[in-house]
Amino acid sequence: MVEFNLPANSVVKEGKSFSAPADAKNTRSFKIYRYDPDSGDNPRTDTYDIDLDKCGPMVLDALIKIKNEIDATLTFRRSCREGICGSCAMNIDGRNTLACLKPIDDIKGEVKIYPLPHMPVVKDLVPDLSQPYAQLASIEPWLKADSPPPVGERLQSREERAQLDGLWECILCFSCSTACPSYWWNSDRYLGPAVLLQAYRWLADSRDEYTGERLDMLEDPFRLYRCHTIMNCTNTCPKGLNPALAITEIKKMIAERRA
Amino acid sequence: MSESYKIIDHDYDVVVMGAGGAGLRATLGTVEAGLKTACITKVFPTRSHTVAAQGGIGASLGNMSEDHWQWHMYDTVKGADWLGDQDAIEYMCRNAVPAVHELEHYGMPFSRTEDGKIYQRPFGGHTRDHGKAPVERACAAADRTGHAMLHTLYQQCLKHKAEFFIEYIALDLMMDEDGTCRGLVAWDLDSGEMHRFNAKMTILASGGYGRAFFSCTSAHTCTGDGHGMVARAGLGLQDMEFVQFHPTGIYGSGCLITEGARGEGGYLTNSEGERFMERYAPTVKDLASRDVVSRGMAQEIRDGRGVGEHGEYIHLHLEHLGSEVLWERLPGITETAKIFAGVDATKEPIPVLPTVHYNMGGIPTNYKGEVLNPTADNPNRVVPGLMAAGEAACVSVHGANRLGTNSLLDLVVFGRACGLHAAEVVDPKASFKELKTTDGQTALDRFDRLRWAKGSRPTADIRLEMQRVMQGNCGVFRTAEILGEGVEKLSKTAATLPDVAVSDRSLIWNSDLVETMELENLMVCAAATMNSAEARHESRGAHAHEDYPKRDDDVWMKHTIATVGWDKGYGVDLTYRPVNSFTLTDEVEYIEPKERVY
Repeated sequence: MVEFNLPANSVVKEGKSFSAPADAKNTRSFKIYRYDPDSGDNPRTDTYDIDLDKCGPMVLDALIKIKNEIDATLTFRRSCREGICGSCAMNIDGRNTLACLKPIDDIKGEVKIYPLPHMPVVKDLVPDLSQPYAQLASIEPWLKADSPPPVGERLQSREERAQLDGLWECILCFSCSTACPSYWWNSDRYLGPAVLLQAYRWLADSRDEYTGERLDMLEDPFRLYRCHTIMNCTNTCPKGLNPALAITEIKKMIAERRA
Repeated sequence: MSESYKIIDHDYDVVVMGAGGAGLRATLGTVEAGLKTACITKVFPTRSHTVAAQGGIGASLGNMSEDHWQWHMYDTVKGADWLGDQDAIEYMCRNAVPAVHELEHYGMPFSRTEDGKIYQRPFGGHTRDHGKAPVERACAAADRTGHAMLHTLYQQCLKHKAEFFIEYIALDLMMDEDGTCRGLVAWDLDSGEMHRFNAKMTILASGGYGRAFFSCTSAHTCTGDGHGMVARAGLGLQDMEFVQFHPTGIYGSGCLITEGARGEGGYLTNSEGERFMERYAPTVKDLASRDVVSRGMAQEIRDGRGVGEHGEYIHLHLEHLGSEVLWERLPGITETAKIFAGVDATKEPIPVLPTVHYNMGGIPTNYKGEVLNPTADNPNRVVPGLMAAGEAACVSVHGANRLGTNSLLDLVVFGRACGLHAAEVVDPKASFKELKTTDGQTALDRFDRLRWAKGSRPTADIRLEMQRVMQGNCGVFRTAEILGEGVEKLSKTAATLPDVAVSDRSLIWNSDLVETMELENLMVCAAATMNSAEARHESRGAHAHEDYPKRDDDVWMKHTIATVGWDKGYGVDLTYRPVNSFTLTDEVEYIEPKERVY
């Protein structure tokens, strides 16, 4: 008889609660996923009640307030705090986004914060992203051209350059890839929306001369075609980009090449 | 409760600390030269703070109107208020054009002109023909130039299969008895293991220390780690009193609004709706250099003409540019204004305030990138085996005040220079000098001391106190009294460091401990900054001393060297070295100091 069981340490347990100061009038609960790699214990969720009158407007402000004033062991990545470095991607209120760009006021009730889904967790809100990083390298994301460059700049018309808009702005936060059910199932072989967006960024660049080779690499049942246009990527992108459209453009290029 | 740590040893020709613009360009250079290189970084490369640079990279391409590198050099010397070393400034400005073309060849997605060339916009302090009018010199990728540049450099590093050690925290340098740098010790956050990088050359590209202040545009990770390591190696830091306040940080959050916004035609007004910069800089107005604009704004606020309920900020107007221009050329800041100020910039002004942005000072180097350890007899003495580049370094090309767009330029020009010099002096065939078991021991002792710190003051507590002292006593306007008080207060705060409390004892992703080590680095920077500022009795560039309102070239045309007694209560020993009053070649003459008017 086959038994289907979750691994013993997969159940997330209720953790500690930290209440707000007695004089706080405008409190909000933050329920945050915790995982301690040293103890080997199950993950848990700790609840911190925060006085919003003494906190900045964004979810990242609340995380920093918790770390500074309540629990210095809370662990998360952060850097620029203005939505350009991509460090603080996490699952907030059921959605992957950047903590620094997510206003607390946008969320009703308790604020639930988890790491990006379906990635190995190193500690608390820090996922291991080495796989998507390696996948990024695998598409050779750099300008490939055999024609020697001129002494000055290569020329590129404004129209040609406009083809890159909505692609080059990606900050590699991987909110999209980790929101994609297809990526959850096949992340070992499917490149995922973030990396495919980058792949299309080079296909769309008038200066790049390796379109054929790039398409050869992508034309694969898994690398590209595990995208089933679920659109979670586009819905969740904190920068308002459209990876699903980029993937469709790649599929179109391959279809046109076949025709 | 000390324990022995698992240590892994490596041999590399070159180890680079930092993977921002300077670190990546240096890494690229040494890898291309066939040197075995390790790039150690505390964040994934594209998360380095270079990514946040907005407006452009300065180069006299002349794509929009006539321009020459000599004009760029003049503007840089003047912007620096003559504290810059003109040999290095010449090196930077004449290499700017090929540096930008190189980035384009690497695939950087610059915005374009109608005829397909790189788009350029005007920027503060950059002028045509020695100050006659603003000139379009900032080569831009919309208002995300740093993002475009950093990603491009990372892509090139991937292409050349550079070796990265990501989310490694560099602890300290390993120095020989004879003062040669032998590499560094780093802590792998992911595994908790310690690594000793034995290197023939170490390049520090660890960025600035904006987080020593309460309100800054800098990322949380800008904590002067390289500065701290250099100070703990007994070396000095140069011109640390010169801290740039960017005129347009968003009121409240401190998020940056690029100077390119004014380059594209934006302007500042006070509570009376007056374009007050016309009074402070009659020729170039809102496009004067940053120290001048920041002082103008602070003066308006002090004189009761600030905007807002308490008259505490200034208005930046972009709405007249039209939403089309804003969404094409300034999309990033239009979005940032909406998110962080709740303002629709296409319709209403943005509330802004001068905000700590950049550190002109840093680890002293020459134009090749070699770190200096000046003595009275030899102000240009080199530290063998150690180089630095980027905001961490003080070459000095920015002198007392950096011009916008010269930072991205500094990163690639001097990152490249480090690569070139390392390729010249490092022999990849030479055998490695073996590490002794005691090498790196002081780094591990420090690590262990902080890891088990059981004091009464949490890291965040001491940090906040330090940041408030720096903000309050080392701001846009300085007086002898305020600075004197700052020195006192800061030394009291520093004295509480031995009482720091760390709660997380883990070796894996212990960000509490990381922040504590960063705090020690920040304290080095803060002490050097406050004490250097207190001692400089003149006003020059970003250092505006109200008791000494004039520049004093007879006494103060010299670089400050601050040696921080990190193990002696953060007391600071100050010496000075001369400013280089010569150029690199005969093609351009030394630019004599004169009064600085915009």
